[in-house]
Amino acid sequence: MERKLLTKDSYKLLINKLISGKYQLVAPVKIDALVDFRRINSIDEITEDYIVTVSSAKSVAFPRNEKLFGFEKHNKQLEQTDYDFDSIPQTVLLGVRPCDAMGFASLTSIFCWDSVDKIYTTRLERTIIIGMSCAKADASCFCTSVKGNPGNTAGNDLLLTKTQKGDYITEIVTEKGAKLVAEFPELFTEDKGAEKEPLLAKVPEVFELDGILAKINSKFGDEAFWSEQAMRCLGCGACAYVCPTCACFDIQDESHGKIGQRMRCWDSCGLSLFTLHTSGHNPRQNQGQRWRQRLMHKFSYMPDRLNTVGCVGCGRCSRACPVDMNIAEHLKSIIDN
Amino acid sequence: METQNIYLPYLMEIEKVSEEAPFVKTFRLKFINPEDAESFSFRTGQFGEYSVAGVGESTFCIASAPTRRGYIECTFRKAGRVTTALSDMEEGSTLGFRGPYGNVFPIDEWKGKSLLFIAGGIALPPMRSVIWNCLDLRENFKDITIVYGAKSVADLVYKEELRLWDERPDVKLVTTVDPGGETPDWKGEVGFVPTVLDKLAPKSENTIAIVCGPPIMIKFTFPILEKYGFADDMVYTTLENRMKCGFGKCGRCNVGKTYVCKDGPVFSLKQLKQMPDEY
Amino acid sequence: MNNIQQKAKELLESSACTLIVGYEKGTGGKARPVFVRKAEHAAKLIFDESCDQNIAGYLYRQEIKNETKKAIVANHSTLKSIVELASENQIQDGGFMVIAFTKEGEIIELRTFAEIEKHVATLYHGLTEEEKVMMKKLEDMSLEDRWAFWEKEFSKCIKCYACRASCPMCYCPTCTVEINQPQWIPVPSHTLGNMEWHVMRAMHLAGRCITCGQCAKACPLDLPIHLLTYKVALDSEQYFDSVAGTSVCANNALATYKTEDHENFIR
Repeated sequence: MERKLLTKDSYKLLINKLISGKYQLVAPVKIDALVDFRRINSIDEITEDYIVTVSSAKSVAFPRNEKLFGFEKHNKQLEQTDYDFDSIPQTVLLGVRPCDAMGFASLTSIFCWDSVDKIYTTRLERTIIIGMSCAKADASCFCTSVKGNPGNTAGNDLLLTKTQKGDYITEIVTEKGAKLVAEFPELFTEDKGAEKEPLLAKVPEVFELDGILAKINSKFGDEAFWSEQAMRCLGCGACAYVCPTCACFDIQDESHGKIGQRMRCWDSCGLSLFTLHTSGHNPRQNQGQRWRQRLMHKFSYMPDRLNTVGCVGCGRCSRACPVDMNIAEHLKSIIDN
Repeated sequence: METQNIYLPYLMEIEKVSEEAPFVKTFRLKFINPEDAESFSFRTGQFGEYSVAGVGESTFCIASAPTRRGYIECTFRKAGRVTTALSDMEEGSTLGFRGPYGNVFPIDEWKGKSLLFIAGGIALPPMRSVIWNCLDLRENFKDITIVYGAKSVADLVYKEELRLWDERPDVKLVTTVDPGGETPDWKGEVGFVPTVLDKLAPKSENTIAIVCGPPIMIKFTFPILEKYGFADDMVYTTLENRMKCGFGKCGRCNVGKTYVCKDGPVFSLKQLKQMPDEY
Repeated sequence: MNNIQQKAKELLESSACTLIVGYEKGTGGKARPVFVRKAEHAAKLIFDESCDQNIAGYLYRQEIKNETKKAIVANHSTLKSIVELASENQIQDGGFMVIAFTKEGEIIELRTFAEIEKHVATLYHGLTEEEKVMMKKLEDMSLEDRWAFWEKEFSKCIKCYACRASCPMCYCPTCTVEINQPQWIPVPSHTLGNMEWHVMRAMHLAGRCITCGQCAKACPLDLPIHLLTYKVALDSEQYFDSVAGTSVCANNALATYKTEDHENFIR
């Protein structure tokens, strides 16, 4: 993989050029005590003081609300206004952690499973992902347990790793990344050959992934096991919404008088009415069954059907959860029990 | 319709509204755009998402046969928000249709065999498509038997169709109503579908059974078929589940790793037995 | 803290209790709810300043509500919620035991609603100093500024419903937002829809909110939504003398009819 160097000053120049250019720049921003992705207009808004942003990077391709199409009623007739694919802006997403970047592969496998969701793919195509390696990790991180690591290039177009001096080792991962570098050749200089490994956080392995994948199916029928794990789970959607790989959605119509739109919005299998039939029958009636669905989907069904694990080890679910449903802990107990 | 947006429905006009039973209606829909009518095709067993703009979408099978072109039909019972809005729609109104989705009844594999259709109540619609498809290709099959029952005479759907099937010499039709559901002039059977099936003593040799009905009916029908020697891969059914997208992305309809919208809705009993009991 | 482990061990060993709902140490040292059934697991239990989460909602949880020999380790907010839930018939008198601590740090067991209500009367009711400062800041804003403040906050809300899930008073099996005939509150998480949700929830909590702030603690985006429900709680107190979490008898201002009520439209 080709490597270049982006000096501290060139980095600043690059950001400013991106802001003033044709791209919409989205980067991590401090919002009181939290850090999250926001569209920025000045380099001063960007922060590097975060383990992970509170929301994942998936919003850039799979936003929490998406207008699928509009409609207008005229008596008995209906006029539909299709999605305007041209309106999707060219975006540069900066400061994406390697775990988040790895998550796009999972999302893509779902949104391109046989039928292709062009809204998702167009958004992703028009986004350049500039990742930032992790120098720090915390107790919720477990990327190394799911075949990730703090310097993983997968899913990034460019991956930056900050050196002691404040410069950035730049790994050019994809064609898209190469094209961006070619737009600003004067800013990217020869790689000095600095070692990347010592600059990365150390993330100890919590569980052995192959062990989980091998054992989880046999746990399916163990109702008591899932019920026990999910006993404190409140059944909200926080974990699903902050997760880089959760893709479940709802389709809802909104209208005022004769004009309206059909929206696709985030949904969560943890919510009690997710699988409710109109008849009143609910196949997943208790939280244990819903929790089981979450884990089986990520660690059994997705690997089986789509060849991808539905988890990147970012730990957001555990951090966002009001009752600390630490997924790594729960997964580990699958092997231990 | 030229679009790359998989969520955008075809625009359909309601050509005909038929009242089948209390709260049950059939819509005959035609494509408003003639190019859509030309290019659209589906195979029996598939379903679609029918939508009322501003209200939402609902999942029904395509109840008409693919051998009949130019229109599609759906039958639904008024139950929730969308079906209530649909029930209020008149002929000439526009609704949306997304599809066809799902897998198909493997009728090509059934060539040269006898067919036994068993349906209950509002589950006749998915069967109607495959029944007509097979009747339109009648020479491909040996004996065709249809067993259909509902709670009461009023609840029988497709009353006109039942009459047509009854009149055909190349179809054996057995209709039944639940005990207490008969009227004084009812000439059909009285009894639950599984009981009537047992009385019929169907022969299983070279016969495919296609079953669709409420869970309780299915539960008691499968053992009857087993009793008469139907192997698991000679019995088919079509399943339902809560759906939204219809193409395997919204994450709602899976039973274990099987997605009812993609791997189904048609399943053989053999496949059904491999699926977990729980979801 | 050791007394809670000791107490729990005794209760479980003697079979006086079959389940103790309490707190344990979680990821990064944070406290989280725990369900202890075996005496040897009693060592997991902790009780200190980190145990500020309101866990009263677990008492009516589908999986455990029918267990008669359950106990709950109750901090102040849990206690007040228990009183409020009692007044709304969501929990049974004598259906559970409360393990609480006096000001001096002594462990006490409370078995009846009457005992719980008596103990709760000794606790402080009201906002913390920090919360009072935040409330004043809001109250001092002009109507336009206040609207802009909330618009900004609600533009961030992702409608995860962690607030609802963690509030013991939000026990409706089908929430208003889950009713779609008609769809009272829009489902997508745009600013207006979010505002409708939060304002509706605050109104549904009028006279019922015990100002524990659990909703804001649960919010993954740290939105100060507790200020809305607090405001309605304070208004309920000011206009209707209704303070939630003080009496086990039904007394919710907006749900109780008294002949002395001066509105005449219901006569």
